[in-house]
Amino acid sequence: MSETRKVLLAPIFANNPIALQILGICSALAVTTSVNVTIVMCIALTSVTAFSNLFISMIRNQIPSSIRIIVQMTIIASLVIVVDQILKAYAFEMSKQLSVFIGLIITNCIVMGRAEAFAMQNPPGMSFIDGVGNGLGYSVVLLFVAVIREFLGAGSLFGVEILATVNNGGWYIPNGLLLLPPSAFFIIGGFIWILRTVYKDQVEESEFTMKAHVKKEAM
Amino acid sequence: MSSNKDSITNVLKVALLVCLACAIVVSTAAVALRPVQQENRQLDLRRNILAAAGLLQDGVSVQEQFEQVNTRLINLETGEFSDEFDTETFEPRDAIRDPALSEAIPASEDIAGIKRREQYTEVYLINDSEGQLQTLILPVRGYGLWSTLWGFIALDSDLNTVRGFGFYEHAETPGLGGEVDNPNWKEQFIGKEVYGGQGSVELAVKKGSVNRSNEMEATHMVDGLSGATLTSRGVTSLIQYWLGERGFKPFLTKLEAGEA
Repeated sequence: MSETRKVLLAPIFANNPIALQILGICSALAVTTSVNVTIVMCIALTSVTAFSNLFISMIRNQIPSSIRIIVQMTIIASLVIVVDQILKAYAFEMSKQLSVFIGLIITNCIVMGRAEAFAMQNPPGMSFIDGVGNGLGYSVVLLFVAVIREFLGAGSLFGVEILATVNNGGWYIPNGLLLLPPSAFFIIGGFIWILRTVYKDQVEESEFTMKAHVKKEAM
Repeated sequence: MSSNKDSITNVLKVALLVCLACAIVVSTAAVALRPVQQENRQLDLRRNILAAAGLLQDGVSVQEQFEQVNTRLINLETGEFSDEFDTETFEPRDAIRDPALSEAIPASEDIAGIKRREQYTEVYLINDSEGQLQTLILPVRGYGLWSTLWGFIALDSDLNTVRGFGFYEHAETPGLGGEVDNPNWKEQFIGKEVYGGQGSVELAVKKGSVNRSNEMEATHMVDGLSGATLTSRGVTSLIQYWLGERGFKPFLTKLEAGEA
């Protein structure tokens, strides 16, 4: 039980795929302008990661190592198409806003990374839980970013106006930078900073130390 | 064991089985969900048509509201109504990509940056209780900064005054070009006139704000979107194209003369 818990919860803060492994940054920049869209994206990614882990783990003893990556890709791609189709059928508005980013889950490093690193060595049940856990780790970062970006960039949360913006006759001048992708870099950077202040063991050792300033010229 | 797993036969077997299983899953999902998706797409289109005409009400189903709208097929070449296809099954957006139903636009004429123009398209008419045309809704599209903007423009019964304008699909920068969705900006179009005295398209998005004391600007122009010069220019160009000679102008002329 404690093992299961660890697999499920560790990726959220202790071993976060975005903050520690720096995987899956791309979509974290693209889909975090509004919280609603982000939630759908998180659910989509979590289910793809969980099920791709499950299926890959189920056939892990049959997959020849020479074609294992392409087999993983095939399974992931199929799952992504299924998710995309489901969204188009039952959450049309959302799928319009997410447009290509659902399709781009295929290239999300987290999915492939977990398939290769975890599902190929572990039994299906555990792999599924690992997929959910990593999906949650991804979701935590995305929601953190999305809340800040939507609140300061558009003055609203979940599409509900909180700070009345100037465009709608209010007082708040939205910070346009937060609606552009680079702002997510700053916020993710801030998130990693906070995380590494709390979890000191995540701080990487410097690869080299700077020498003290040398006064004497080289001869 | 590992040599067996990595044998060529096994590689082929696994590859084949995985592909087969995945293909079945994907095609089942695609086929099973298609009717729901098509319904969604149609509903979305209808909602946007109503929204462009300013008729969309909350709380009433879109299907019900759409009953007042009369969908007609027109031939853009001749500017006349056509019965070539059934509007129930005709897909205007597929017709644009169909080489048999569309033609490439020479670069010199392609001010809206749309590359191809279809021969047939759908227009939407709303008649009053006596059968007189009240509102005419036309589909428009054109390239902005990053993307093609797809929208509708609604004209009054004089076929000159704008009743509503809006885009239902685009990928312009949120907060800048994306402000084409801002209701306050879209509202400015209402009441503007498309054609000037000589019958040329004068409706345009100005760079900067409109000088209301200038009669020409006050009747034909709306404020530009700050920080979105290219999107604004794209909107002007697509209005120019679609309401001009190569777009709906022939149809509007014939409709007005009662010959369409």
